[in-house]
Amino acid sequence: MQLLSQLPTGQSALISAIEADESLFHRLSALGFRVGKRLSIIRRANFNGPLHVRLGTTDVILRQVDADRIRINAQE
Amino acid sequence: MKRIALLGMPNTGKSTLFNRMSGASSRVGNWPGITVDLMSAKILMGGHIAELIDLPGIYDLHGFSEDEQVVRHFLSNNAIDLVIVLINSSQIDRQLSLVLQIKKLNLPMVLALNMTDEAKRAGITIDTDSMASAMDMPVIQISAKYGDGLPKALQATANLINQNLPASNPEIISAQLQEDNQIELEMEALVSAYVQIPTTLTGNTTDNIDKVLLHKWLGLPLFFSAMFILFQFIFSIGTPLQDGLAWLLDIVRSGLLEPLFVGSPAWLSGLMLDGIYNGVATVAAFVPIIILFFLVMSMVEDSGYLSRAAFLMDALMAKMGLDGRGFVMMLMGFGCNVPALMGTRIMRSRPMRLLTMLVIPLSLCSARLQVFIFIIAALFSPSKAPIILFSLYVMSFFTMFLTAVLFQGRYQNVEPFILELPPYRFPTLRQIILRGWLEVQHFLTRATKFIVIGVVLVWFMTNFPTTATPGSVETYAGQIGHLFAPILDPLGINNQLAIALIFGFVAKEIVIGALAVIYGLQGDALMAQMAVQIDWVQAMSFMLFTLIYTPCLSTIATLKSESKSSAFMWLSIVWSLSLAWVVSFAFYQTARWLGY
Repeated sequence: MQLLSQLPTGQSALISAIEADESLFHRLSALGFRVGKRLSIIRRANFNGPLHVRLGTTDVILRQVDADRIRINAQE
Repeated sequence: MKRIALLGMPNTGKSTLFNRMSGASSRVGNWPGITVDLMSAKILMGGHIAELIDLPGIYDLHGFSEDEQVVRHFLSNNAIDLVIVLINSSQIDRQLSLVLQIKKLNLPMVLALNMTDEAKRAGITIDTDSMASAMDMPVIQISAKYGDGLPKALQATANLINQNLPASNPEIISAQLQEDNQIELEMEALVSAYVQIPTTLTGNTTDNIDKVLLHKWLGLPLFFSAMFILFQFIFSIGTPLQDGLAWLLDIVRSGLLEPLFVGSPAWLSGLMLDGIYNGVATVAAFVPIIILFFLVMSMVEDSGYLSRAAFLMDALMAKMGLDGRGFVMMLMGFGCNVPALMGTRIMRSRPMRLLTMLVIPLSLCSARLQVFIFIIAALFSPSKAPIILFSLYVMSFFTMFLTAVLFQGRYQNVEPFILELPPYRFPTLRQIILRGWLEVQHFLTRATKFIVIGVVLVWFMTNFPTTATPGSVETYAGQIGHLFAPILDPLGINNQLAIALIFGFVAKEIVIGALAVIYGLQGDALMAQMAVQIDWVQAMSFMLFTLIYTPCLSTIATLKSESKSSAFMWLSIVWSLSLAWVVSFAFYQTARWLGY
């Protein structure tokens, strides 16, 4: 169990939990974030900018603070 | 082996409870009937080994979000022995709906009320014993976070498991969910029959383009060069078109309109030709630029590059209390402030929205661009012109950043920043032209009214009282200009320019039209006259003031209607006026002091 923002660029992991308030949760779930889904970090913007995350065929950008609401399982 | 499903609304602490119950033994697995992986763990429950499955959080068992479909498909395809439903005690009035929906499926159930501590603080008391007998299921208060009540919940679960009740029959559940399945099938059929997903570049192509355009160090320089090239493109094509149109309008005037009004009184021909026609003609000559601007803008927007710009700019924007979307709106403001202000509706956080709305009027919109192109053409050589224009864009960004940084403490944001990056798309020519055409139509219908009224007003004020020489200091306009002289003289802004600024309040589009009437000249003659009357330092100071001070009346009206606050509108007006004065003052005095 680690935070999404700790996942190294280029590696993939499974979402194990989303601990966000209702509005953020809705937004994430509308974009396809759900427990058990595999995602990977494609790139990070400079100066601690947003993360470029890929879930299936969907590419999403989100800030580190919001990425920290997502817990992942990187063992596999 | 027994099978236990864990179910609940999102953010009820379901995953925390799952982790507590499973220890570190969880694994991810496929399940019949669903395409996403679910977390599960083998645990010891009563005398049995049981598999605990963490189902996605849902609000409604009969809903149609992807998660809700996943839960239904899971229950319709997998036999289970027990469901633990977890709800947030402090929202029990709302969340019981899900419990009752699941109860209708006749599964053995345990109801766990989480976040007991929060509910207690809110003064909520729940009579769990009576509720348990009324609902005919164990009801247990727990705290998944601290572990309180957990042994009791596990005991209740173990008791039920040890009763060895028959496991659920997926076929019966499927029948109970028949109606929902029907709707899902219908949805799918409708979408596949009548909805077309636009052709996109293959993922690989998008990836490869992104590798360059979102490159760690190349991304930002590429973004700004792209912007610079686009502006160059607009003007190198737009300027000849503009000249051609102006030439055509001149022919109409001298060949058609002047003979027509030759017999009418001086005031009427003055009003019609110097007032209305002059104003309309001056603005009409700038229509090609606006069309080109929006053609390029919609191309950038539809291609998917704007979201990339948001990605590149977010780190910087976050420091100013804004986000990447704010940057996109700021960019839109470079076309026209009004739609950009309306576009801030996508921000749900009011503080961030207000901050963005305070910043947008400082973006160099196409109307201000007309003024700058005219003055730059009059006072600067063609080789210097692009540099001067570019520096005005830089200045525009600078004042926006300054404003955001200064006001971000006042408007603090809490909204998350999450955007989808669409694959790069080829916008169709039809889309681009339609968009450009709509924007021009929109602009013309709004601008023409302002321009005709504004220019006629200027004509009136520069031609009356009738005793004064038209355009001189004795006219009403001259008197107003004189009134503002003590404030504007230190900026190098003379009486004529001051009059133009006053009418720039109505709309920036009429500034050049106003100058045409004030000097009684237009086109090249007006440029030549201005080059004689003012030097480049004054021109630059005038342009800086025009760039920063209060935007047009439509922007002000939009600010007021979108923020629903007159105080906010006044803040924007006062702030931009003061900033304009300070910047122009600093520039003009420094330049003079340096000997220019």
